[in-house]
Amino acid sequence: MHQTVPYSAVLDELEAEAIHIFRETAAAFRNPVLLYSIGKDSSVLLHLSIKAFYPAPVPFPVMHIDTTWKFREMIEFRDKRAQDLGLDLRIAQNLEAIAEGVTPFSHGTHEYTRLMKTVALREGIDRYQFDAALGGARRDEERSRAKERIYSLREPGHRWDPRKQRPEFWRTANTQLAPEQSMRVFPLSNWTELDIWRYIQRENIEIPDLYFAKKRPVVERGGTLLMVDDERFPLDQGEVSEMKSVRFRTLGCYPLSGAVESTADNLVDLIAEMETSKLSERSGRLIDGEGGGSMEAKKAEGYF
Amino acid sequence: MSGYTPVLHLVTCGSVDDGKSTLIGRLLVETDSVPIDQLEYARTTRRGGSTVPVGEVDYSLLTDGLEAEREQGITIDVAYRHLNLANGRRVLIADSPGHEQYTRNMAVAASNGDVAVLLVDAARGVRPQTHRHLTVCALMGVQTIIVAVNKMDLVDFSHEVFEEVMGEVRTTAARLGVEQIDGIPVSAVTGANITTKSDDMPWYKGESLLGALAAWEPVGRVANEGFRFPVQFIVRAQGNFRGYAGTVVAGSVRPGDEVMVADSGSIARIDRIVTSDGDLQEAKYGQAVTLTLDHEVDITRGDILASGSLQPADRFGVDMVWLGEEPLAHGRSYLLISGSRSVPATVTNVRHRLDVVSGHEHAARVLNMNDIGRVEIATDRPIPMDPYGQCRDTGGFLLVDRVTADTVAAGLSRHAMRRAFNLVPHDYEVDHQARSALMGHPARVVWLTGLSGSGKSTMADAAVRKLHAMGIHTYVLDGDNVRTGLNKDLGFTPEDRAENVRRVAEVSKLMRDSGVVVFVALVSPYRSDRETAASLFIEGEFVEVFVDTPVDICAERDPKGLYAKAAAGNLPNMTGVGQIYEPPVSPDLILRGTGDLEASADLLVAAILEA
Repeated sequence: MHQTVPYSAVLDELEAEAIHIFRETAAAFRNPVLLYSIGKDSSVLLHLSIKAFYPAPVPFPVMHIDTTWKFREMIEFRDKRAQDLGLDLRIAQNLEAIAEGVTPFSHGTHEYTRLMKTVALREGIDRYQFDAALGGARRDEERSRAKERIYSLREPGHRWDPRKQRPEFWRTANTQLAPEQSMRVFPLSNWTELDIWRYIQRENIEIPDLYFAKKRPVVERGGTLLMVDDERFPLDQGEVSEMKSVRFRTLGCYPLSGAVESTADNLVDLIAEMETSKLSERSGRLIDGEGGGSMEAKKAEGYF
Repeated sequence: MSGYTPVLHLVTCGSVDDGKSTLIGRLLVETDSVPIDQLEYARTTRRGGSTVPVGEVDYSLLTDGLEAEREQGITIDVAYRHLNLANGRRVLIADSPGHEQYTRNMAVAASNGDVAVLLVDAARGVRPQTHRHLTVCALMGVQTIIVAVNKMDLVDFSHEVFEEVMGEVRTTAARLGVEQIDGIPVSAVTGANITTKSDDMPWYKGESLLGALAAWEPVGRVANEGFRFPVQFIVRAQGNFRGYAGTVVAGSVRPGDEVMVADSGSIARIDRIVTSDGDLQEAKYGQAVTLTLDHEVDITRGDILASGSLQPADRFGVDMVWLGEEPLAHGRSYLLISGSRSVPATVTNVRHRLDVVSGHEHAARVLNMNDIGRVEIATDRPIPMDPYGQCRDTGGFLLVDRVTADTVAAGLSRHAMRRAFNLVPHDYEVDHQARSALMGHPARVVWLTGLSGSGKSTMADAAVRKLHAMGIHTYVLDGDNVRTGLNKDLGFTPEDRAENVRRVAEVSKLMRDSGVVVFVALVSPYRSDRETAASLFIEGEFVEVFVDTPVDICAERDPKGLYAKAAAGNLPNMTGVGQIYEPPVSPDLILRGTGDLEASADLLVAAILEA
């Protein structure tokens, strides 16, 4: 009785919405940037930005916040993509914190994230005087994201004030900024994690191998499997990594990214696994785990 | 829009007390849209005041987002969620809070809505906020309203209770012109009629809530609705490529079709519909494409490519939802954003404020936060806007404060007040001064304003008799007489009154040009309307006369029996009774309706001869 809706039709609509947002951002802001974090969402963002301006090149640079603790494979993938696509890639780092020897092991996840990600992002945006930063955040990621706007206003100092967020009507965006305000723009707001995967499959988008299952050296810490990606990982006395077939649902700093045991080494298996798994994506992220509203607290500080 | 709808935009309205959080939480859980760790959280965590036993799902924890509101236990903003229906359709939910001070959030949520689910607590019945939600949904153009009559388990699943609620809701919906309204009796707590039909209510023959959402299709639109394509971005690429990137917000287009640049009136044909996946043979509603044209025309970001009638104008009658904390400021310049275009604009006139519960229109001078009202705006340069009812994207706009950059209002264009800019007035050599010379006296417009029964027509009549005897050519434009002919299409709402005044002012100007002394005897209750009339004339040509008679004396005289009708409740828009009268601030002459008629007429004649 009810007409069946093909998944592709849903993706078409999400794609058109995202392209509309890309174009609006490119045209309305003085100096926008695409925040590229190398993961699957960023890969989709990049793909959409190429589609949005075709046949012209992407009219804005791409910025990566490099904490120096990303998986090595991610950095290789980033540099290859930048070269293949001819991207104007900028890299932002908190050099001061790096010099002081801040690590996720020594400073705790909250302080580490604040210094290496939030502060680095703020400094990067300030240094290049970007007035809008496109990112891959989605509303289904976390409860407090459900209220996030597509055009998320940041006050001076990159502060996110829930009371200052602008009402969004139709496709019409208020892209005006008062002095020292800036905008974060989220074209994937209405996408789900499964949409991302289905779209990667449909559009044949390149993503890092870390998403696919492979034997990797891991140790178990407090019920979470962590990959020993380089010699900086401090093993406890007598602790040895073991090779397990694992993959990652989200990619970030390797000491903070929990792996899941899996044999899905291709997209079809991976999507099948996704559809049966019911855990939220962020359950594997160690940085969100501190209290129900920790994302909200981080955003108030200027986090993505 | 035709065929299936892959993504349905749903707005949910109702308050926590109506069981809204429970309803949405259940929809999410039963469509498998909640990750298990979040579900686990909702089973184990409890906040103050929760009566749900630990171990069961507290649905409200799934839907409340921000820490601040979790602490307060209220929803303070619009939250967006999604669910997947069994037939593959995606439902994007915009969840809006029920508290009355959040009319603006409700308007945001409804602005993209195809369907609204409006919760009514069966035990408590229809409440003022039910009318408010219906009004805002209708105003923002939501096509279908599904009334979920909730907590049916508390009223023994009574058919009568359900019908009673629906009867009341339908009456309001009919007044608002809602296209489609359905009712579903549900219990969010027991799950009755949410995902599947319940055995508890065999009298209900319709679909479950999820069934209705899966089956929904848009109400048939005009088959050949005009094509609308606001240009967002000019794409320039190698090989002299020049394309116009944007989203089709109405209609469709094919290569070879003729389109007009609505701003300039230039015509061109579509050459290609470019996408990175290859050229298309047709671009339909909702598609983001890049168009190229068969020859070069001047197009900038914000222009609209269109087929069918769409002309620029610089004055519009609009409905406005005021969002800003500061009230609307008359005459202040705001930035108007329509599609991808922005242009300075001023609110020139506030017509009325809408009582969103009763539907009554109240005369108003300002709009405060959460108010909805009818206003007139003037843009610094002409722009094309459709009536909102025809197209949300080209009929809706934002007003932005030029200092703080805050969005202070959402506007819905209702009609353009077209200025004839293509017309160039011809300068005739014999002008009104030449005619005055021939007449032997200057031409004037004497505008008598005052309550009905104040004595305007009587005084005009007396003055005209004296002037006529002096050989001065006169004419009287009397309110009632004009309304039987030229203005017989107008009523007595503030909006119609403004149009009535405008037409009479224009006619009086033509008659003034012919060399005559024109008397206008018109209630004309609004100051701004009279100011608009006066602005047609140069200093001294327009004489404003306030016929000041207390309303109780007017009512006692009641020459037309209007006050009696108003007292009986039959004339809601009667000036001085149901509508306000704004007396002139500095009239050229004040005449007391209780004074001697001959003396008043003499004063009037003297004022004209002096002016």
